[in-house]
Amino acid sequence: MSFFGFGQSADIDIILNDAETRKKAEHKSEDGKKDKYFLFYDGETVSGKVNVTLKYPGKRLEHSGIKVEFIGQIELYYDRGNRHEFVSLVKDLARPGELTQSQTFDFEFTHVEKPYESYTGQNVKLRYFLRATVGQRLNDISKEKDIVVHTLSTYPELNSSIKMEVGIEDCLHIEFEYNKSKYHLKDVIVGKIYFLLVRIKIKHMELDIIRRETTGTGPSVYHENDTIAKYEIMDGAPVRGESIPIRLFLAGYEMTPTMRDVNKKFSVRYYLNLVLVDEEERRYFKQQEITLWRKGDVVRKSTSHHSVIASQRFEGSSNPDKSGCQSNEDHES
Amino acid sequence: MSEPAVADTRRLNSKPQDLMDAYGPPSNFLEIDVYDPQIVGVGRNRYTTYEVRMRTNLPIFKLKDSCVRRRYSDFEWLKNELERDSKIVVPPLPGKALKRQLPFRGDEGLFEESFIEERRLGLEQFINRIAGHPLAQNERCLHMFLQEESIDRNYIPGKVRH
Repeated sequence: MSFFGFGQSADIDIILNDAETRKKAEHKSEDGKKDKYFLFYDGETVSGKVNVTLKYPGKRLEHSGIKVEFIGQIELYYDRGNRHEFVSLVKDLARPGELTQSQTFDFEFTHVEKPYESYTGQNVKLRYFLRATVGQRLNDISKEKDIVVHTLSTYPELNSSIKMEVGIEDCLHIEFEYNKSKYHLKDVIVGKIYFLLVRIKIKHMELDIIRRETTGTGPSVYHENDTIAKYEIMDGAPVRGESIPIRLFLAGYEMTPTMRDVNKKFSVRYYLNLVLVDEEERRYFKQQEITLWRKGDVVRKSTSHHSVIASQRFEGSSNPDKSGCQSNEDHES
Repeated sequence: MSEPAVADTRRLNSKPQDLMDAYGPPSNFLEIDVYDPQIVGVGRNRYTTYEVRMRTNLPIFKLKDSCVRRRYSDFEWLKNELERDSKIVVPPLPGKALKRQLPFRGDEGLFEESFIEERRLGLEQFINRIAGHPLAQNERCLHMFLQEESIDRNYIPGKVRH
């Protein structure tokens, strides 16, 4: 922007080529607002057009180069100066020169690696975005367009149940069991609590889901716990030999897949916390970590192949039948 | 592994419950009553004692039915012992009522009926809350308070093992 009154300037727009067909996903921003963004998976190509529209038609715009970047970045809220870029791709659209009229530039980032899932948390944010820049002497003109990336997995080969006996000597002994240790985001936790010994007056029992976001390394590690769900599974006093069933549907809660040591910068882990409360409001609890993963949706014939391609690149057992089971099955929501 | 269209939410297998366990008396019975306030002593050296009766079927208590007489300062002693030795957060006692001990009051002071009743209720709530706490049940001072005729202030503090 020129200091001297009527300098020429421009507006930038970034449009994706497959904007009509590509699915959007909801993502919460730092201030809690929910918005929809185009959804991408690892390995997909990001292609589109950059429109540079001159503010005052007829006047020339001098520039020091026009480029578009694809960036994957981790930002720690307490250290915003040091944004860490783990993916950084650049395409030069125009060499230094001048624009005499509004212009559109095509770009394509082929088979871009997007190793982590987009995440906006309490103390850290991981985001992917396109940034188009028209270089100027004083202040560059730039525009950012955020996208959302999901990381998909398939059913893990090993998924043992969690079964344990815990208690306080001579007061309370329980055996708890959860059917799996790894759950996908729309899964159901099926389990039971078996009372071996009850010598305290229990009022109720609940199962909480806790998310722990860990940022920083070494001496400056910081954990932030959030209780995402509280689900009462028993009301009233149990006696010995009683078995309380658990059936907790995860689809109703806003959760992300478990993220372990992402780029050595942060982790997001989930825990089940079994809490018993007695008549004097004393709380007895046992916490157990579970692994959450994101399952690819079953593809309908009418939609694009994106999910099919993405859901086939996995760890462990991939299901070769997946691409075959199409329109006859309902779209899993 | 085939993908189910609907998740399997059947209950996990569990052992059938014994009828005795299901319908037998609960094994967490613990009731403590603080009642029958009596004024002991004469003149300026009077004080109130209360009957503390405990009924329980918890194995950690030696006596399943015990009855002792305790005064307010005994409850204070118990609170101090537990605050020092156990890791629990000890609930508050009803107030010390120092004002009621001053002379020239219009009423009976410490021996006013309504005050004694208020204090009795507070002491009952206090002892019931503590006695049900698994960590407090390990302390020798609690057992001595509830089940021995008199409190030996020179006792050796420690844990109860059974």
